Amino acid sequence: MTRLLSPNLLRTLLPGLSLAALLLAIFYLQPRTMSYFGLNLLLNLAVPIALATIAQMFILCVNDLDLSLGAFISLTACITATWLNTTPLLGVLALLACIVAYGALGALIHLRNLPSIVVTLGMSFVWTGIAVLVLPTPGGAAPGWIRTLMTLKPALVPFPIIALVVIGLVVHVGLMRSAAGVVLRGAGGNAKSVARAGWSLLRVKVTMFSLAGLFGVLSGMALVGLTTSADANIALRYTLLSIAGGILGGGEFVGGRVSPIGAVIGAITLALAGSFLSFLRLNPDWQIGAQGAILILVLALRLLISAREVRR
Amino acid sequence: MKINTIGKLCILATVGSMATTSAIADTSGKRIALSNNYAGNSWRQAMLTSWDKVGSAAVADGVVAAADAFTTAENQVTEQAAQIQNLILQGYDAIVINAASPEGLNGAVKEACDAGVVVVSFDGIVTEPCAYRIAVDFKQMGKVQVEYLADRLSDGGNLLEIRGLAGVFVDDEISAGIHAGVEENAQFEIQGSVHGDWAQDVAQKAVAGILPSLPEIKAVVTQGGDGYGAAQAFKAAGRPTPIIVMGNRHDELTWWKEQKDASGYETMSVSIAPGVSTLAFWVAQQVLDGNSVPQDLTVPFLEITQDTLEESLANTQAGGVANVEYTLDDSIAVITGN
Repeated sequence: MTRLLSPNLLRTLLPGLSLAALLLAIFYLQPRTMSYFGLNLLLNLAVPIALATIAQMFILCVNDLDLSLGAFISLTACITATWLNTTPLLGVLALLACIVAYGALGALIHLRNLPSIVVTLGMSFVWTGIAVLVLPTPGGAAPGWIRTLMTLKPALVPFPIIALVVIGLVVHVGLMRSAAGVVLRGAGGNAKSVARAGWSLLRVKVTMFSLAGLFGVLSGMALVGLTTSADANIALRYTLLSIAGGILGGGEFVGGRVSPIGAVIGAITLALAGSFLSFLRLNPDWQIGAQGAILILVLALRLLISAREVRR
Repeated sequence: MKINTIGKLCILATVGSMATTSAIADTSGKRIALSNNYAGNSWRQAMLTSWDKVGSAAVADGVVAAADAFTTAENQVTEQAAQIQNLILQGYDAIVINAASPEGLNGAVKEACDAGVVVVSFDGIVTEPCAYRIAVDFKQMGKVQVEYLADRLSDGGNLLEIRGLAGVFVDDEISAGIHAGVEENAQFEIQGSVHGDWAQDVAQKAVAGILPSLPEIKAVVTQGGDGYGAAQAFKAAGRPTPIIVMGNRHDELTWWKEQKDASGYETMSVSIAPGVSTLAFWVAQQVLDGNSVPQDLTVPFLEITQDTLEESLANTQAGGVANVEYTLDDSIAVITGN
């Protein structure tokens, strides 16, 4: 138990270690990135991915999977670039409605005992459809205050780093260190015992899906703040990125086992993997495969650690 | 300030020696990158091949230090935005973009401009004001057809219009140009209009369907990829072959050549050359050189005439589109002509 490198500790450290290794490789390949300006450019697109990964993590936590997240974030991005900019009140209402709709989805999945993969896959077409109605052709403009926030240049530490640390810590405290958080996670790990203890599983699901909706909205807003405008397909990649990021950061498909800080680190790792491969001057046809290889490598390391744990 | 003075010097130098290739030394240390969102059709492949050919020649001649092409794997805005930011970090002096979205990359483009990187967009252009745009004037592409016909047929006559894919921006633009041309040349009248979807087989069926209801047709105005199909439909209906404007495709040029040899058939052909990527390359080089370049440029079309037919056909691959690569002098002509 007192061994310096227990499997448990190793597993906790693995996401951070993979990120550190990747960062070092990037600094070596492209020393320009080792500056305020470089880190800013390298990491700013990781902020919306991290928010999306946190959203997916809430869903993973209650043993579900969300295949509509990318389409949902595209929709919130479209709303942010149109209504929130021109008629802020309507925009706020629409975004709140999105969050409520997500909570309602959680209730539907729980009450009718439906497989979340099917429901969210179906919903992804609904979200995309609404997004096209909101913004038929690419365009719109980011509200000034979001643009200002996302392009802040604080002294000393680049804004994306501050944002990523804050996101990780806030969710960590809320989900891992609070009494309510224990119930929420417990419902994913062992639903029956939580229900027997008198907690409403329906309320847990609705809460988690609403939280996912909230972070989906934040992700869409952050994305528009960076791109300055939206289109209906802007974030489709985020569905798979968020799942991969959540798993890479130490989450598992069994429910209850999640890590907010790990999820943020996983999201950054995925975002940086793309930069790393492009700095390597790898042929783009190989890049997706190489991104997958990095993912498999990290997961294989984790399996090795788990295997060691079982042996002991 | 420094750039400005160098720029003025270069303009003087360019004016002084416009005919010869000028200002080679100034950009020899500069690196230019191509950020491309999609490579999945023959036009894009030809575009990349042209870039590679002209770019590597420029590197070999010492005009620039690097001309590297990067294509994103998934044609997604977020992916291309990240790619552009990576190119900034890699220290490229100019980034040439064929964009996945006219608006979605503006944030990344602004980052590039703020970092002092020259951004030139072409074909898929970006709207961020600090970038240079090389746009396609599809309207004009429709209009030149009618203007050519006005030269050939001074008495005017009936026209058949073949359009592209319904609901696509390009189709609306070319068609608007054709109609504007007809309005200016009242001797012409468009008797019928069909959608050929830029594909020979679709165009042939559509034309065959409408032909019985039409009076004598003097000429067919097209959008490219439909001229050969139209010719086949007229032949099958046993009607005299009108003047069919072609769209630079290999099968169209081949058919035109056969008719020319057999009966002295005359027409014209017009489309956009994939080699426009090389124009964007030279524009970026000129901006780096400090020359003043208008923020918005228009791509000249590639027109093939009766005289240039043989040469163009010989240079076009079977199944491909006629292409042209720009030299520095061609590009300067485009820049100053604007």
